[in-house]
Amino acid sequence: MLLNVENLHAEVAEGGQPILKGLNLQVEPGEVHAIMGPNGAGKSTLSSVLAGRDDYEVTDGSAQFDGEDLLEMDPEERARKGVFLAFQYPVEIPGVSNKLFMQTAVNAVREERGQAPLDMFDFDEYAQSKMSTLNMRPDLLERSVNVGFSGGEKKRNDMYQMALLEPKLCIMDETDSGLDIDALKVVAKGVNALRSPERSFLVVTHYQRLLDYIKPDVVHVLYDGKIVKSGGFELVEKLENEGYDQIIQSHETGQ
Amino acid sequence: MTEATQYQEINDLLSKNQHYKEGFYTQTAVETFEKGLNETVIRAISAKKNEPQWMLDFRLKAFEHWKKMPEPHWAKAEYEPLDYQDYSYYSAPECNQCAVDEDEPVEEGIDPEVAKAFAALGVPLDGSGESDVAVDAIFDSVSVSTTKREELSKLGIIFCSFSEAVQEYPELVQQYLGTVVPHHDNYFAALNSAVASDGTFVYVPEGVRCPVDLSTYFRINEAKTGQFERTILIAEKGSYVSYLEGCSAPVRDTYQLHAAVVEVIVHERAEVKYSTVQNWYPGDEDCEGGILNFVTKRGVCEGDHAKLSWTQAETGSAITWKYPSCVLKGDHSIGEFYSVALTNRRQQADTGTKMIHLGKNTRSTIISKGLSAGHSDNTYRGLVRILPGADNARNFTQCDSMLIGNQCGAHTFPYIEVENPSAQMEHEATTSRIGEDQLFYCQQRGISEQDAISMIVNGFCKDVFSELPLEFAQEAEELLAVSLEGSVG
Repeated sequence: MLLNVENLHAEVAEGGQPILKGLNLQVEPGEVHAIMGPNGAGKSTLSSVLAGRDDYEVTDGSAQFDGEDLLEMDPEERARKGVFLAFQYPVEIPGVSNKLFMQTAVNAVREERGQAPLDMFDFDEYAQSKMSTLNMRPDLLERSVNVGFSGGEKKRNDMYQMALLEPKLCIMDETDSGLDIDALKVVAKGVNALRSPERSFLVVTHYQRLLDYIKPDVVHVLYDGKIVKSGGFELVEKLENEGYDQIIQSHETGQ
Repeated sequence: MTEATQYQEINDLLSKNQHYKEGFYTQTAVETFEKGLNETVIRAISAKKNEPQWMLDFRLKAFEHWKKMPEPHWAKAEYEPLDYQDYSYYSAPECNQCAVDEDEPVEEGIDPEVAKAFAALGVPLDGSGESDVAVDAIFDSVSVSTTKREELSKLGIIFCSFSEAVQEYPELVQQYLGTVVPHHDNYFAALNSAVASDGTFVYVPEGVRCPVDLSTYFRINEAKTGQFERTILIAEKGSYVSYLEGCSAPVRDTYQLHAAVVEVIVHERAEVKYSTVQNWYPGDEDCEGGILNFVTKRGVCEGDHAKLSWTQAETGSAITWKYPSCVLKGDHSIGEFYSVALTNRRQQADTGTKMIHLGKNTRSTIISKGLSAGHSDNTYRGLVRILPGADNARNFTQCDSMLIGNQCGAHTFPYIEVENPSAQMEHEATTSRIGEDQLFYCQQRGISEQDAISMIVNGFCKDVFSELPLEFAQEAEELLAVSLEGSVG
């Protein structure tokens, strides 16, 4: 199993407000899981906790990644071992070129895997090869990380980084928010190109429309810090027709 | 070298340099004056250096003026009024002038301990080998060695200590001393004029392009000693010179005063590049005991088409108070100021420039990058003044500040005085922050926090570092990494 989350409890580090309240999630290699849920259910918190953001504190439960204790690791260690987070709002870094940024990142990951670092020429070749699959504009590598990028370009840049780093687990934190339909299609195309039997995806989203392009194997509904319902793609259609209310209601009366 | 291995090197350096690595103290026989400042002390300094009467007169005139002036406290940096009687105003290795021991294979007349200290600082005093730099090494109050002088003298370039220049080239010194920074200019300039210890004198004759970088390394060693160098640099018509200065001091527990004066004279079509990497001891965690760096640097573009560039990387000192300035007298003359100032812990820096446009079609560029971390305060203070006769003057100013953490401050005080309607002025300013978000974004891509900070900071400073000579640029990058250590989280 690639990811095994059991009874995960987490709260906001500042203030101690509990957000995740006993979450369970099992992801096998190659599977695509969708996490859906209404606002405030804890979707972004789940992404952040798995990536190791220190805004949240884990108070109970465990998370195993590839057989190792994920929660013990620093964020960069998780990244090097193959956890990738596509950000809801990719961050701008003025003055640092995408090329330097990604070369540093790729070599950090390569070091973890026991591979020799790529020099400028090797990296350039590698970067170009990944570029064509995503229809990236060639000047992107020379520009500062995400500075002056449109919303769509930023997300596409995140997909590009994902392609370069070749992670085992890709967490997409509401990647679709703020994207028009064309940008959404590009993101979905990128994800589909990266799907492989070894690589798993956790697609966190509020809306169904992204899932029309990225067909998930398993769909979970997150509500009040817990997964309240899991199923196949038919669950997406059900949500589309009925909204979250009915699932939430039946969950609450069931308690 | 790939960029990634470059960061690896900075990291290695970081692990080695947990503390201020230049903080060692050299034990050697020294002659140090009793603490205190009065006319007798000034006469004694002058006598020690065997100075001519005009130099003593200059000192005494400045001292008389200084006594009447109040200590300035207008900068955005707080310090307790200094007790000027509690400093010694002259200190020199005793052996400096002594005869060479036949058995000792050391440079002529240099105290071996002092030579060792400079070797440890990476300053080559043997003047031989591959080095592309001629060095004047100043230890407390005296210059201990000036390298490559013969080579330079073939081109007619004078590169020696200020004291020597007073002896050997009195007409030149008399002609220029106090013309750019008069003895009454400001409190610390007056003090410097009175007690000037040593410094560097550079003269580049007409039409000569100086083939090597000239460099001065300042070292304060004795406790409770002030360093008051006087540097004069003259570039005759059509000449070119690049001059670098570096500085350091041992770790001390009381403030040490450094009040230097630099005067640069650039004649018609000459060009001077003046670069500084300042790494004075900043003091302990609370910046107690660091260097008070109160410096007056000014250059005048005397002739038409003259050009003067100041580039500085300021990372040390408890307090920095420094405004390298350009007086653009000649028509079409150009003034430039590129600065990176980094403050960490409780350091305070109030630095910037003055561009005074007098000539027609004069141009000035100011690029200032301020980085504040820890509990520090970093201030840019700059004046651009266009006088009535300066037709078609242009200025471009860019002031960027970056905050690291949430306990520090960045301040910008740009003064613009325009008295000619044909002037074109541009001013851009930004303030940004290395946020937790940026760091987390880097970490999530596998980049360690320290590498992420180096990357972001160096990206921020790129425009200025590209102006520094190559070795200096690298040194400046390394210094930034060391000085930033522990600044986040």
